[in-house]
Amino acid sequence: MNAVIENLPRFIEAFGMTLWLLVLSGACALIIGTVIAAMRISPVPSLSAFASVYTELLRNTPLTLVLFFCAFVLPQLGSRLPYEWAAFIGLTLYTSPFVAEALRSGINGVAVGQAEAARSLGLGFMQSTTLVIFPQAFRMVIPPLINVLIALTKNTSVAGGFFVFELFSAAKELANANGNAVIAILLAVAAFYLVVTIPLGIVSAHLEKKLAVQR
Amino acid sequence: MSASVLFDTPGPRTRRRSRIASVIVVLLIAAGLAWVIYTLAQPRDSSGITLPGYFDWSRWDIFVLAELWVRVGEGLLATLQAAAVAAAMALVVGVLFAMLRTSTFAIVRIPTTIVLEFFRGMPVLLMMLFILLVASTGAFWAVVLALGVYNGAIIGESLRAGLAALPRGQREAGLSLGLTRFQSKAFIEFPQAFRQMLPVIIAQLVVLLKDTSLGYIVGYNELIRTTMNNLGSSVGNRYLFSLFLVTLVIYLAVNLSVSAIARRLARRRSPGKLLPKDQITPTASISAIGLPNGNPEDRTTE
Repeated sequence: MNAVIENLPRFIEAFGMTLWLLVLSGACALIIGTVIAAMRISPVPSLSAFASVYTELLRNTPLTLVLFFCAFVLPQLGSRLPYEWAAFIGLTLYTSPFVAEALRSGINGVAVGQAEAARSLGLGFMQSTTLVIFPQAFRMVIPPLINVLIALTKNTSVAGGFFVFELFSAAKELANANGNAVIAILLAVAAFYLVVTIPLGIVSAHLEKKLAVQR
Repeated sequence: MSASVLFDTPGPRTRRRSRIASVIVVLLIAAGLAWVIYTLAQPRDSSGITLPGYFDWSRWDIFVLAELWVRVGEGLLATLQAAAVAAAMALVVGVLFAMLRTSTFAIVRIPTTIVLEFFRGMPVLLMMLFILLVASTGAFWAVVLALGVYNGAIIGESLRAGLAALPRGQREAGLSLGLTRFQSKAFIEFPQAFRQMLPVIIAQLVVLLKDTSLGYIVGYNELIRTTMNNLGSSVGNRYLFSLFLVTLVIYLAVNLSVSAIARRLARRRSPGKLLPKDQITPTASISAIGLPNGNPEDRTTE
């Protein structure tokens, strides 16, 4: 326990990096994912084909390989990015198709009659999506989106294997330095992760229940 | 025929506009690709020596060696081995968790819930490190045990959702036939929940396969570690990009084919309640009863 308290500043520093990665790549993945989802449902075939290829490719590549590319292969191609930004790019790229799929499944969750009704009232593609489908899909989409963010929180740990000092690398470093307090240190790191993931999970479950009653 | 209810079957003018947009998009993508290929083909300076571009034969000549492919094969085998053992374990742990989590005794149910939340909320990588340092099992078992327990917790949760989604009459019928609560759960409810949740479970096993790559970080010689570290250091840095591309292609081939099998299986078992035609956008997705929407992969945790 002493080892944990003594190294608290180091933990906080690492936790800050984890949060930085989470917030920044979360926000960017939301933006890119929304664009991809919009392309996926758009009437232009080449756009939707591009979106589905992008989704399939990234979803079937392990995160380790994506981060490996950003940390080791990009510098070979002439990038001068520090490892933190490489990890940020990798996490954003990896998370964006999951966001897109969550959005798309939310859109598919809206009853098809809603779309038919909107169309039969004479609304066009833009009108029926922005006025009828999206407002309903948005509420259905929040729980799965939160689940994507929970997964992202846990995925930031992979960045620790690629020279970013965040919670996972802190766990490794401090456990090596304090051989007699390994379990306490690892549990402390786990607690930092749980502080983020469990509240998010509770919010998600609560919203899911609430929305299920409404429908 | 229009594939989606969101827009009409396009008329001549829309078709023309859509075609123009398509051409522009294709041109943009082609320009991007051309730029990437051009950049890759340029020779580059690396600490004083000029190396040829990435499409030069000297970047690829190692791939004619049979010995190299044997080692790549060994790496792939190690990945599949870890995935297979972990998948078997995840199924067992998942069933166990689902049973304990739905127990009627609070003294069993509440601790199980806490343990489940703990396992689901922390990164698999941290769990691997934990097992590696505390139990000192060696890298293989660290990867397998962590993946088994973590994915077991997730499968357990989806099985519980499957149990909860069953009509109550199933359990009532079982009880009224004189079965005990446990018997009714084990022989009546559970087999049905398992069948319904099969697509989700298989999709989660695909995720498990992908996650064996975390072995790279904890020192298990799986595919990425074999190709990028072991082979990479013996043949030299100039092959890094070629080795990366080969690894990527192998992973995509394996994962896409396993996902395709999972999708086929899910479609065959799909009870046809929510066929893709009932969805707003056309998809290849499938659904099971009790799931709000189609694609089983949407319900997994990366």
